[in-house]
Amino acid sequence: MTSVLYDVPGPRQRRLTLILSIVATFVVVAGAYYLIYLPLDEKGQFSMELWGPLVDPSNENFVLVWERIWVGIENTLIAAVLAIVASLIIGTLLSLLRLQLKSIAGNRYAGLSTPVAYLLRGLGSGLAVLTRVCVEVFRGLPVVITIFFVARGFPEFGVTLETLWYLVIGLTIYNGVVIAEILRSGMEGLPFGQREAAVAIGLSPFQTTTLILLPQSFRIMLPALISQLVVVLKDTSLGFIISYEETLNIGKQIIGVLSNPIQVYFVIAVLFILVNYSLSKLAQYVQKRLARGRKTANLPVPHNAVQTADLVDVDD
Amino acid sequence: MSVLVDKFDVFAGGFWLTFQICVLAAIGALILGAVVAVLRISPVPPLRAVGTAYVTIFRNMPLTVVMFFSAFALPALGSNADFLRIPVLDVVFTRLSTDLPYFRFALIALTLYTAAFVCEALRSGINAVPPGQAEAARSLGLTFGQNLRYVVLPQSWKASIVPLGSVIIAMIKNSALIGFFGVVGDLSASADQLTGAEGYAFIPVAIGISIGYLIMTVPLGALLDRIERRQAVAAR
Repeated sequence: MTSVLYDVPGPRQRRLTLILSIVATFVVVAGAYYLIYLPLDEKGQFSMELWGPLVDPSNENFVLVWERIWVGIENTLIAAVLAIVASLIIGTLLSLLRLQLKSIAGNRYAGLSTPVAYLLRGLGSGLAVLTRVCVEVFRGLPVVITIFFVARGFPEFGVTLETLWYLVIGLTIYNGVVIAEILRSGMEGLPFGQREAAVAIGLSPFQTTTLILLPQSFRIMLPALISQLVVVLKDTSLGFIISYEETLNIGKQIIGVLSNPIQVYFVIAVLFILVNYSLSKLAQYVQKRLARGRKTANLPVPHNAVQTADLVDVDD
Repeated sequence: MSVLVDKFDVFAGGFWLTFQICVLAAIGALILGAVVAVLRISPVPPLRAVGTAYVTIFRNMPLTVVMFFSAFALPALGSNADFLRIPVLDVVFTRLSTDLPYFRFALIALTLYTAAFVCEALRSGINAVPPGQAEAARSLGLTFGQNLRYVVLPQSWKASIVPLGSVIIAMIKNSALIGFFGVVGDLSASADQLTGAEGYAFIPVAIGISIGYLIMTVPLGALLDRIERRQAVAAR
């Protein structure tokens, strides 16, 4: 798309672009030098005293610091993996439940006696409303607040766990709901013929969902799901509010001893960017593979699948 | 439940502060994000590289790290973010000109972080405009700037609105972080204060705080759903 916005440059335009490029590079470099490098250098932020423990293997603290950071990375990954697995399971179950409830909403239970039929109908619609409210509430609450509520609320009711579990539960509540919505919109975006065909060959509503709709929804929504994993990984850094020892918290401990905040946060930022960038690249690759697969197999493309996939990776 | 009545001013004050930072950060992020988006699609390669680097860095970094960075790196750069003490604005948004700089640092971090997502939302809108439109504009002899201004942007705006909305909702939710980062008196800091130091019962406080956030996020989400559905119908 980008290249469509301007013509393939001719000789004059190429010269102009070259000049502009040089000027722009110069401005950017000069800006970085005068506004960032010089003030930092003046404050001695580039001294080996501050950077040494992080980059110089011969420094006395180097091994110790990286051992601690490694502990932090491990804890981050443990929390992230647990939260991802749990939210995938919860999300799938929740989306199945909501779709089931929707499909029995019109059911009149004609064969049963009147009070039982009314009870069942009431139960069905009550559950539908309840799940809907849960989804709206937990999707609308900030994940920090959810984690905080879990960590403060559970002990109030006599449930004390390790901080890891508070973090995992908090992340799972939020991301489970988000994943459920992703899967549901994937299933509802499928062509209606899929469901009709399944019903026509005699599958029950539950079989229709689990055998026909859910697998396709997973496939279509895979890029969105992977982007959500990036979000989970980033959100584990919120563990610092409940003093879980993840990377950022370890970083704070190191800063407490060595007092080099800018350097430590820089290293942590680089670590996060590397991991998350490769994950988003993976999402892009998967998306491309899927698009290609779809073309050759000539599968139907639901009209809002692409659009939603675009959206979801900005939804934090 | 009495805490909801007794401490109503705390909840209301927290809501007001959260609302303030959201409005300011949304304005900042929309402007900065638009600039970055233009950089990312511009014909000059170094500018494109700057835009891409910006988005890559801020999209893949946790907001927490951005916040700590702004709190430690800005003072090291010799700035207390005093440029945000904007004369007229700080009458309404009084926190802009307080001596404790954490509100301003949090605002900067939130703006920088959200701008990357705004840029991507705008770009996805531009990508949604059929390429034929831009090609037709080019064949009429419109320059890059004219092409954007008269042909592409007016159309991309419609496709950007829903992604932009989700970005803003995400930003409102992200703003909860500022309470754990030194900004006194926003909704999340009030939650911590009331249940921790002041020892109020947990459930009522949790309900009050949740309502504060849900008031902002749920109606906005419902509005976006509506717009999305209407656009889907219109596109058929």
